[in-house]
Amino acid sequence: MFDVNKIRKDFPILSRQVNGKPLVYFDNAATSQTPQQVIDVIVDYYSNYNANIHRGVHTLSQEATDKYEAARLTIQQHFNAKHAYEIILTSGTTHSINLVANGFATLLQKGDELIVSALEHHSNIVPWQMLCEKTGAILKVIPMTLEGELDMNVYTKLLSEKTKLVFVNHISNALGTINPIATIIKQAHQVGAAVLIDGAQACPHIKPDIQALDVDFYVTSAHKICGPTGVGMLYGKEEWLNKMQPYQGGGEMIDQVSFEKTTYAGLPHKFEAGTPNICGGIAFGAAIDYMNAIGFDQIATYEHELLEYGTKKLLEIEGLKIYGTSKNKTSVISFNVDGIHPYDVGTLLDKMGIAVRTGHHCAQPIMDFYNIPGTIRASFAFYNTKAEIDALVEGVKKAKMMLS
Amino acid sequence: MQTIKEIQDDIIDEFSMFEDWEERYQYMIDLGKTLPLIAPEYKTEDNIIKGCQSKVWVHAELKDDKIVFTADSDAIITKGIIAILIRVFSNQHPKNIIEANTDFIDAIGLKEHLSPTRANGLVSMIKQIKMYAIAYQTQLQ
Repeated sequence: MFDVNKIRKDFPILSRQVNGKPLVYFDNAATSQTPQQVIDVIVDYYSNYNANIHRGVHTLSQEATDKYEAARLTIQQHFNAKHAYEIILTSGTTHSINLVANGFATLLQKGDELIVSALEHHSNIVPWQMLCEKTGAILKVIPMTLEGELDMNVYTKLLSEKTKLVFVNHISNALGTINPIATIIKQAHQVGAAVLIDGAQACPHIKPDIQALDVDFYVTSAHKICGPTGVGMLYGKEEWLNKMQPYQGGGEMIDQVSFEKTTYAGLPHKFEAGTPNICGGIAFGAAIDYMNAIGFDQIATYEHELLEYGTKKLLEIEGLKIYGTSKNKTSVISFNVDGIHPYDVGTLLDKMGIAVRTGHHCAQPIMDFYNIPGTIRASFAFYNTKAEIDALVEGVKKAKMMLS
Repeated sequence: MQTIKEIQDDIIDEFSMFEDWEERYQYMIDLGKTLPLIAPEYKTEDNIIKGCQSKVWVHAELKDDKIVFTADSDAIITKGIIAILIRVFSNQHPKNIIEANTDFIDAIGLKEHLSPTRANGLVSMIKQIKMYAIAYQTQLQ
């Protein structure tokens, strides 16, 4: 039985005050909050078995290695990857994307085509532009519609034998649109292109099935799903990971080193140079366990309820416009109030203890499409409540009154 | 002619009358709404200081031995703070602008607006004001 009041007790931060008001945290799409269960794992790591992994013969190193590799298995099972060694632990989504972009530098030729969507976060645009500069490959863009959906007809036309790689987010961070990734992947595979899905915004809401999707790369960050910052994952199909050059050289990623020749370690270590975020990796596993104990079906149902309630309530405010009106969207509401700069609304909401994100959300092409400087984005998590949405609505009304 | 320090003290006095954040912000919003700040011909790409969230335009010219600043922003709270900064720094001698500090912003409870995370262009605006002062000071010598 889903009980939001009971769940809220797991999150110490939700009981704090901001500017003398109870915190209303609606910036979950940027960073989710951390439950005590995950905080305990972090404290336990540093209190009891903090050590470097994989090569120490001593007990602490063995314990840390076991827990770290157990976390990798948890992640593998959660995403239903075929092999645990296809899960590369990284510092987060951005690192994961850069790792793949770097790995493709030797696999592309001048004139090859890459396809990106108009709905991407800058982190799923810039690394590919850098790759294009390096290789002479050409970047094509799937346009978006006014509702904030991808124009799939154009996508189909963009695909050709020249297409080598397609990268799209599972869910748009700025608008919340759920993209039709199963179709995107299937069509890309028909022309022999690989697909990378940026799952940073999807993982807090959906449990993706990597094998069912048959996706080539899937990337995400732990801090979006109740885990710590600075850790994330790259899932890569074994055959692609074997083809790709390592991203960074260093310890951990080698087999043999001499000044004449170095051979690389096998997967996943080939892509995990240096001492990783060990505690973070273990806590990532714990966060997945926490989310699964609540259940993604329950989470999705409840968040949808919040989305519908929030949408209805916010639209009652005169002059308020929501950007991203797809029927397929998660609990993200991106909006503006007529004639008022989002920064002003965000500043006043903060004074009322309400945390929202304002600005372009690292997705400037979307803001340019709508010809706006930015939006106010309220993103709801399973630990938010309708009462908090009421506080937001009252806050926006008050800000509007002060600013008009 | 008031000195920069005297103007800052006046502003601190005025802000001390406000009882809560709402009065403080309403005052800044009203400042932002009412003040004519910059001539349209100076609202150019060259004069823009890009914050991540709000834009700020600054124009400076020397009149006799004093710098006159005009500025604008697309966000009204930012504009209100600009109005305060202009009241402090405009019509002052470059040397005095270079030597002035901005501690009064802390004293009137607006320090958070100068935090780098706000990305509103204000920190850069103050830097820009000082840069103009240094440039004009050199010109005067």
